[in-house]
Amino acid sequence: MSTTANVKVESDRAPRQILESAVVRFAGDSGDGMQLTGGQFTLTTALAENDLATFPDFPAEIRAPTGTTYGVSAFQINFGGRRIKTAGDEPDVLVAMNPAALKVNLGDLRRGGLAILDIGSFTERNLQKAGFKTNPLTDGTLDAYRPIKVDISRLTLESVKALGLSQKEALRCKNMWALGLIYWMYGRERTATTKWLRAKFAKRTDLADANIAAMDAGHAFGETAEMPSDIGGFLIPKADIQPGLYRTVTGSEALAWGLVAGAELAGIQMTFASYPITPASTLLHALARLKSYGIVTFQAEDEIAAVCAAIGASYAGSLGVTSSSGPGMALKMEAIGLAIGVELPLVVVNSQRAGPSTGMPTKTEQSDLFQAIWGRNADSPLAVIASRSPSDCFDVAIEAVRLATKYMTPVIVLTDGYIANASEPWLIPDVNAYPKIPVAFRTDPEGFHPFLRDPKTLARPWAVPGTPGLEHRIGGIERDYQTGHISYDPANHQKMTEIRAAKIRGIARDIPLQAVEEGEAKGDLAVVGWGSTFGPITRAVSNLREKGVRVSHIHLRHIWPLPANLKELLEGFDRVLVAEMNAGQLSTLLRAEYLLPIEGLNKVSGQPFKIAEIEAAIQSRLGK
Amino acid sequence: MNVTTPLEKLTPKDFASDQEVRWCPGCGDYAILKAVQKVMPELNLPKENIVFVSGIGCSSRFPYYMSTYGFHTIHGRAPAFATGVKLANPDLSVWVVTGDGDGLSIGGNHLLHILRRNVDVQILLFNNEIYGLTKGQYSPTSRIGTRSPSTPSGSVDYPLSPTEFALGAGARFIARGIDTQLKLLPDLFLRAYAHRGASFVEIFQNCIVYNDNVFADFTDKTVADDHQIHVTHGKPLLFGKDGKRGLRVKPGSFDLEVVTVGENGIAEKDILVHDETSRTLAQLLAAMRPPNFPMAIGVLYCNPVAPYGDRVYQQIEEAKAKAPAPGGLNALLRTGHTWQVSD
Ligand SMILES: Cc1ncc(C[n+]2csc(CCOP(=O)(O)OP(=O)(O)O)c2C)c(N)n1
Ligand code: SF4
Repeated sequence: MSTTANVKVESDRAPRQILESAVVRFAGDSGDGMQLTGGQFTLTTALAENDLATFPDFPAEIRAPTGTTYGVSAFQINFGGRRIKTAGDEPDVLVAMNPAALKVNLGDLRRGGLAILDIGSFTERNLQKAGFKTNPLTDGTLDAYRPIKVDISRLTLESVKALGLSQKEALRCKNMWALGLIYWMYGRERTATTKWLRAKFAKRTDLADANIAAMDAGHAFGETAEMPSDIGGFLIPKADIQPGLYRTVTGSEALAWGLVAGAELAGIQMTFASYPITPASTLLHALARLKSYGIVTFQAEDEIAAVCAAIGASYAGSLGVTSSSGPGMALKMEAIGLAIGVELPLVVVNSQRAGPSTGMPTKTEQSDLFQAIWGRNADSPLAVIASRSPSDCFDVAIEAVRLATKYMTPVIVLTDGYIANASEPWLIPDVNAYPKIPVAFRTDPEGFHPFLRDPKTLARPWAVPGTPGLEHRIGGIERDYQTGHISYDPANHQKMTEIRAAKIRGIARDIPLQAVEEGEAKGDLAVVGWGSTFGPITRAVSNLREKGVRVSHIHLRHIWPLPANLKELLEGFDRVLVAEMNAGQLSTLLRAEYLLPIEGLNKVSGQPFKIAEIEAAIQSRLGK
Repeated sequence: MNVTTPLEKLTPKDFASDQEVRWCPGCGDYAILKAVQKVMPELNLPKENIVFVSGIGCSSRFPYYMSTYGFHTIHGRAPAFATGVKLANPDLSVWVVTGDGDGLSIGGNHLLHILRRNVDVQILLFNNEIYGLTKGQYSPTSRIGTRSPSTPSGSVDYPLSPTEFALGAGARFIARGIDTQLKLLPDLFLRAYAHRGASFVEIFQNCIVYNDNVFADFTDKTVADDHQIHVTHGKPLLFGKDGKRGLRVKPGSFDLEVVTVGENGIAEKDILVHDETSRTLAQLLAAMRPPNFPMAIGVLYCNPVAPYGDRVYQQIEEAKAKAPAPGGLNALLRTGHTWQVSD
């Protein structure tokens, strides 16, 4: 939290401190509505024209026993008057709705940070459930921080007393009380949330009234000097943001819309088949709501059926898309091999999570890179691309559709649980400004055979059932290079294996050369990343560059094939450090491809990188 | 469905591909292929609107031998591919060819769900009670005690009945045929085609190499009359050389029994009349096994409901009508909370 000046805003009892940015974390029980609270704060912050990034962090258990540490759900937001790249290393303000939330989150709070605690929930029983032996409110646990002890539970009950709700319903407004207080703290308007509550509880106006009353009461609490006198409000100036129309978007939403846009640009129908799995399900949910755009969604009986149905749909002339996460991706691989063999377009979205096996379903990781590139039987190449942020998912989805249809190949899109759920403001693009994706089904029977290749792309024609004169058979048995018929000929298999590889390698000619995100194209050190490590890497690199460190940031969208100039680019640096949330997959790939002494910075805790961790790694490499 | 009448009437030959058929000489698959090719012109469909989708197995090589569109996929998953094909283009006539291993072992889950969903396809399950392609291991339909390379002392697990499985899965059309009955099979296929929804046809297919004569107990000429009953909707359930043996509900039970007209006071009116819309009767017929009962052949069950695709597309049309998307995707991106950042 960096302070620049103080201003006095009318109606405030004390001057507001001007901050460049701030990090707030809301934490409570799964049932406390922390995700909704965070979502509302995000929206209001965006409306106030701050830049922002969020990190929702919730348990895998749907309804863990209340008051336990494993039932704690948290939502962190970093917002400011400057470009915000990550959800923030450490919260400046922690809102803890119960002892368990305090227990789990206090360690992350900045020393000297504000801890707003609902002491109404710090009962003997809750303290015990959270595993506190002594009371943290009094035993010195909070000495390094600035605790604000408020009986939010009681104050909420009082604020909604007139509405005659049950005690249980009344207490559920606690999160809005806390939100109201934070709104006051950062000088936020309450109108958007009021509107949202009215719409959400359109059928229970008493609940709408209660939630609004609680929010107003929390706000008034801050305003009317009930807060400790040394804690005033803050003011965060508007960020210098490119003008235009904005909205907030999560990775899942952007992916869904990008896929729809891709299909629209290609002028083909889309069939989306999936099987529920965290954190991929939100994409299925988002697309299932888009029926009015002609999207067919299919919840299959398992991931195998989902990918097979998607391939069947592609075979029949629709764009087949499927999505999953690690364990489901493992199930899909045999069928993806078939799509490689019969050369049909297919988009496969993998929202990665921490593994192996079930691993940590709601925690993020980037450990399916090898699986995506190589995780099938035999030599079975396909294209792999990765999105770097929630809004980037839109363009990545369109790129996946382009590559899949142009090269008649499966394309795996790697995203992760963090990107899928996190939201950020998005300058809404004009879909009409995107280049069309030319797709032409083969209709001419003259000289047709199913594996006749385009000499440039090496793609075979897309000849769909229903087209007169093109009746043909395709299948998983090796196909003859000349006729497409079944062939067990050794030389033919050699040739087909080579042509499949050459087709995918050729994509490198059709993708942008790798650019340097930040810094020079030569220097002491390049930090290379892919996917959701984008935020922390850019921030770390720009922080150090401001201090004169000769470090650059290179971030890959195209993972396979790699951009044509990447080797040369990396050779321009004395050292190359690949930062990724796995045990070293991209670094191994780059070493194998380029024979360069590439180092890895690896984190697999289920949590995104902190900026400070990357800064420290850069500094230690450069001996500074 | 946009059904266009082909310009010239096609013949069965027009449905044979130029590929050499590679089944073992004497394999029952040949006869089934012939029956399918025979029925194709009767569908009155343009050839390009017909798609054969199969899994893996001897039987699953089937699409290569048809001159229609064909997709030889992966082991057990043909129903899922077929579902995708139908979702993308409901106008196609989709035929799934599968074996007892392909459809009921590795692919049992998908078969279950395509039947449950009632996707409008025809499923031809070639049951030879053995894994042919992998050289003769026992399959989920193999009778107990089947000796095979993987069960040298005889199999110990109980077999599954494909038709009973299909009924349990919610299939609305279930039929049974025998590879050698070239006269009957085309009719069954026509009925399967006419039924909108998932049509399940089990065909007893002789694997001459690994399981020869396994169905002889009801297909052999010497026993066929007494061990087969050909069921026809609205006709009494009679069988036997002289058509005097019949089925009735055993008094005081929920079971069937075999009786003889003219014996013990049994008259023709006592014999059950086949009602293919009755699920209960279908269940009883599907469960019958020789030697105590005849094997039921023909359409055991046909009781259509709207197929899956109809409902999928109905929802899409309703959504389009309710919320037409003027401005297309650009409008969608701008729904919900948006805000303008000015210079
Ligand atoms: C994933 C996978 N597992 C195993 C196999 C090997 N395999 C091929 S066909 C087959 C069984 C075929 O039996 P069935 O479906 O009864 O067909 P049939 O050959 O008897 O016609 C098996 C196990 C395979 N191709 N793929
Ligand atoms: S192994 Fe059996 S099923 Fe396979 S082709 Fe030969 S006879 Fe037919």
